[in-house]
Amino acid sequence: MTILEFSVLVCAGSLVAGLVGALTGLGGGVVLVPLLTLLFKVDIHYAAGASLVSVIATSSGAAAAYVREGFSNIRIGMFLEIATTLGAIFGAHLAAHVSTHAIAIVFGLVLLFSAYFSSKPRTQAQRSLPPDRLATRLRLNGQFPEAGGSRSYNVQKVPTGWSLMFVAGGLSGLLGIGSGAMKVLAMDQAMKIPFKVSTTTSNFMIGVTAAASAGLYLKHGFIDPGLAMPVMLGVLAGSLIGARLLIHLHPKWLRLGFSLVIVALGIEMLYSGITGRI
Amino acid sequence: MKASVWNDEKLEVLVGKLLQAGVLFSAAVVFLGAIIYLIRHGTEPITLGAFHGEPYDLRTIRGILKLARVGRGRGIIQLGLLLLVATPIARVILSIFGFAKERDHLYVALTSVVFVILLYSLLVSV
Repeated sequence: MTILEFSVLVCAGSLVAGLVGALTGLGGGVVLVPLLTLLFKVDIHYAAGASLVSVIATSSGAAAAYVREGFSNIRIGMFLEIATTLGAIFGAHLAAHVSTHAIAIVFGLVLLFSAYFSSKPRTQAQRSLPPDRLATRLRLNGQFPEAGGSRSYNVQKVPTGWSLMFVAGGLSGLLGIGSGAMKVLAMDQAMKIPFKVSTTTSNFMIGVTAAASAGLYLKHGFIDPGLAMPVMLGVLAGSLIGARLLIHLHPKWLRLGFSLVIVALGIEMLYSGITGRI
Repeated sequence: MKASVWNDEKLEVLVGKLLQAGVLFSAAVVFLGAIIYLIRHGTEPITLGAFHGEPYDLRTIRGILKLARVGRGRGIIQLGLLLLVATPIARVILSIFGFAKERDHLYVALTSVVFVILLYSLLVSV
């Protein structure tokens, strides 16, 4: 395959991944690495480098749209970013030293977890929880717009959430993904932050988290311009188109279909990692 | 409390727009580099199956600037990617100023910690 053919094909694939990722809210990054390694036979380190770059593009690119909705909580984001960035640096160091088989296996497990998490029915938001002392001191409690005024919430279990965020950052640095599902899990499930606030704040955190491992990725030579270029341009275009469509569209079948694709890719990554083909 | 919420929002909207502009600008730089790279190397075979690591000049900020200045496609692409990495970092810096304006010392400190961590990661690749 020539470089031109490869670039066009990878760009098209990345565009679809970015589009579907934005439409389903599951993020395109999680399918990019399997797509590049399984289909295009790219080494997983280069794939992670290109994916990491595209994660920053989608996070920063969507920031304006998310902010306008008024859900994201910048204080929660900043406080938890201390955990995610430290985790990301740890994960990026790890990525340079563990075998590609191990990375593929962890990747497979993360894919299966993401699919499971996205198909799980959302727990009803618990209202009027008592304020937590640490959360109050850190000024994490907030409010968000709701039909007929605004609703306030009290953040719970700060240390648990912070620790989960360190793990989320570590996975982001190890695999070159945004690990949005894990971030939402930490905020929504552990810290009892309303789902809408969790997802938008997570998007805001993804870019900063990825930026923390980018320097190390560059130093280790994971970021190949010939690969990162079509991936970044494709994913960015796809996610921008997706964000436009999203306002009018809530495709349940697409979400289900994409979850099935993620499961299939997860099994394939696990199998490839265990048999040593990646 | 009301005023502080409003300030947060105003700042966030501004930062969001800035980030979007930064992403589009870096994408334009990557695209420019892509055209040069594809014109010069488009017909060569691709070799990404095995990991060799990038050449030294494409791994450091200094090397990338050097290659971009002489108009090398791969150098310009990497420069665009560096600009992209800078967008979330710019967001963190602007947030420090935002919190300082609100006299929220605790969050000036916490956000500065995030900034120092990001700086550490970037400095390894100077």
